[in-house]
Parts: sequence; C-alpha cells; structure tokens
Amino acid sequence: MVGIVGYGVHIPRYRIKSEEIARIWGDEGGGVKDGLGIMEKSVPGMDEDAATMAVEASRNAVRYCNINPKRINAIFVGSESHPYAVKPTATIVAEAVGATPHLTAADMQFACKAGTTAIQCCMGMCTSGMIEYGLGIGTDVSQGRPGDALEYSAGAGSAAFIIGNDGVVAEIDGTYSYTTDTPDFWRRPGMDFPSHGGRFTGEPAYFKHTVNASKGLMEKLGLKPSDFDYAVFHQPNGKFPIQVAKMLKIEVGKVKQGLLAPLIGNTYSAASLIGLASVLDVAKPGNRILVTSFGSGAGSDSFCITVTDRILERRGKNRNVIQYIGDKEYLDYGMYVKQRRTLKTL
Amino acid sequence: MSSVTMGLPMTWRRIPERYGLIGSECESCKTKYFPVRKICPKCRRRGKMRDLKFCGRGKVYSYTVIHSPPSGFELETPYTMAIVELEEGPRLTAQIVDSDITDVKIGTLVQMVFRKIQEDGKEGLIHYGFKFSVVK
Repeated sequence: MVGIVGYGVHIPRYRIKSEEIARIWGDEGGGVKDGLGIMEKSVPGMDEDAATMAVEASRNAVRYCNINPKRINAIFVGSESHPYAVKPTATIVAEAVGATPHLTAADMQFACKAGTTAIQCCMGMCTSGMIEYGLGIGTDVSQGRPGDALEYSAGAGSAAFIIGNDGVVAEIDGTYSYTTDTPDFWRRPGMDFPSHGGRFTGEPAYFKHTVNASKGLMEKLGLKPSDFDYAVFHQPNGKFPIQVAKMLKIEVGKVKQGLLAPLIGNTYSAASLIGLASVLDVAKPGNRILVTSFGSGAGSDSFCITVTDRILERRGKNRNVIQYIGDKEYLDYGMYVKQRRTLKTL
Repeated sequence: MSSVTMGLPMTWRRIPERYGLIGSECESCKTKYFPVRKICPKCRRRGKMRDLKFCGRGKVYSYTVIHSPPSGFELETPYTMAIVELEEGPRLTAQIVDSDITDVKIGTLVQMVFRKIQEDGKEGLIHYGFKFSVVK
C-alpha cells in the first residue's frame, strides 16, 4: 500500500517571543501569548527562504530512508512564499537532492495546505504506477504585516515526505478533501503582506473545512474519532487545533504531540506536516494518525495514516523535530526587523 | 559572484558544485579535488578524472570574522568565513552560519547546509549553494 517511505523537516534556528513583539506595539504580552496560544515563533535566517528550507528538509528525508534520489520521479513543492514568481522551487530542490533529470516537478500554492496536496499528487502517481517515489514538500517563510495580529504567528519551516509503495514506515489508508471558495485570507500579486478577514478566518473557513474533511475521511473509511491514537491539524495558532479536536470529539491529549504552533508559530504549508513528523518521531507500530490540513481560500486535506514496524529500524537516522526546536537563538524586535527585511530601506 | 558579472552560463555550470559539492577524483592517483578539475595536475595525461560527490562534513582549517563585507553582504556582518577541510581532503572557502561566532575555532567540526548566497537585486537571479554550520 502507498505510504510514507521517508520524511524530514527543517526549522530555522531563530525565534522571537510573542512578548517581544507585544512590547513594540503596546499590546499586553501575556494576553497575546494566552490569546493565541503562541509563546514564540520561528524566524528564518537572512539567507534562508522557502527553497533553502525545502532542500534541507528533503535531504533529511532522503537520508532517513537512504534511497537513491534518482528513484524520485516527481517533486511537488507547496508554498505561498516561493522565492520566484516564475521559476520553480521544485527544480532547485530536485537538483540539490540529486533527483534530476528524469523526473517531473512543479510548484503548488494553496495558502497553508499546498504541502498536503503535493503529497496527494505523489500518492496518486505512485498508486497508478506512473512513478516509483514522489517527494511532496510543504515549505514557507510566511509574512505578517508589522503590527498585524499575523505578526505574532507567521513563522517559518519546511517538511518533506517521500511517498512510495515499497518500504513504507507508515501506510496512508485514505485521504479526503473538502474545498469551497471562501475569501478568508489572500495576497495580491506584488504585495509584500497578506490581507485577511480577521474573525472570518475562523468559523466559515478553518473550522468548517477542517471538520468536514476530517468527518468525510472517517465516514469514507468507516472510522470513528476514538480509532485514532494521534490527531494533527493545521495550526494557525495554538488554540484552533484544540478547539477543532473538541468539535470532532477527539481527546485533546491526542493533539499535543503534533501541536507545535506554541513553539514555532504557524509555519503555513509546513504546519500540519511538521506536526505529523513530530508524531512519527515517537509513534509506535500500529498507531493510527489523523492529519487534516487547512489552506485559506479555502480547503482541507485529511489523511488516515497507520505506522508500520519499519519505523523502529529507521528512527534516529535523522535530526528530529524536537532537536530542531531545541536549537534556538532569540532575536529582539530590532534584529527581527533587519532579518526579515521589513524596513523599507532594506 | 553575481550572474551579472559572471554570466548565466557560468552560474548554471556551477550548480552541481554549489548545490551538491560535486568535485573530482583522479582514478589513477586517487587524489580528490574541489571544485571540479578536468586534468589531474599530478598525473597529467595519464590521469583519469571522474565526478565525486563529497559528503559535506569537514573541519575548520582556518577562519576569519568579516566586519567590512563586499557588496551584497552588508546586512550579515559580522559573519565568519572559513577554510573548511573536507573529510575527503580538499579545502574550500565557505561562510559559517547558524553558529555563534565564538563556537568557530580551528578544528571545529562543520557540516554543509544549503543557503542563499546572493541575489542579483530584486529582479535578478537568486544564487544558492553551500555554506557550513557547526556540528551540534
């Protein structure tokens, strides 16, 4: 059965605390931290972008399963912060992991869910026999306008998953998507920062799509919430995934291992996938994982994933999520502005 | 280093070297080279060169901290440039990132990371390639 053969993540080293951002804008630091459920967020280095992080995560994924990268016949990179408007991130990744030239490659964009859609594409191509292995990536250096609520949450990170039929560490039992045209969040061409509908991003957008995709998946596979050992949801903040778990009647404790927004913020296309990687870092054979992404605009992809025995052989071959999160250096707001180049003169 | 000065074809030719640390090995005398060489200076016409992918690990052979940078690197100062001796032997010059300046010493173990090197302004090409970080 098609599944995850290898996975890897990259989380930049730099962090800024919510309290430090609140200090600049006159917000009450503790209130912001509690309100969003975000203590600090990841910040990319000056020389990092969605492509460099995708390469780092992909190299980790290849190292994890030790396959010849020439056997990767498709690479799809999901991001809303591709470094070029025209010129694929996927070709940079393909070259850097050594998968060129006999493969297909493309970039994808669907706000925060293009990474899971990239995985669905790889699943379809593997299942149909078009390719041997596919590499699906979610990667983002997300933007938040200075002073906007998004500035507290917009983080950076990347996750890469090698999908195939042989040698899987976790089988993908099924996937289900739920998509509508919902204008909750967008960025027009040439604009540096996105616009959003404030509270409108919640009920009609995040919750509606996440709940319906998760319910649709369970219905399709004949499963109920208690059948899952872990649940990972898109995490625009630290609170929404907990709320959505309650709405789906999933125990809150099952969400915690994959809930990283409190420590790294919202990593957009990578958010649910880094959460899945964190679960795979500790999951036992036989564990069943529910993963549901959300992308504004809006849609959700839901997956049911069952861990195989092989995961125990591969564990420890790579730098895991906790190691990335633990290696950090704090920035003050001045350094953050310089590093993110949000000053007009930079 | 920019494509404006060195041209797109040159940038393109160097992608294997910069992205994947591809160098050369002489099959006759087993000497390894980085970057790629077409001819082994030891064996000359008896040499037979092949591509070799270096593993990306090495140690600091020497280093310096840059406070007065070339154009394009002004925002990154102070930063560390090092001569890195790769595990396989050859030495190369690279920036050390994601590491405290005080952690870089002669002999410090480092590993290759993939980073943005330089941009040709806001409309030009983005140049990617290897840098190194201290092994933790």
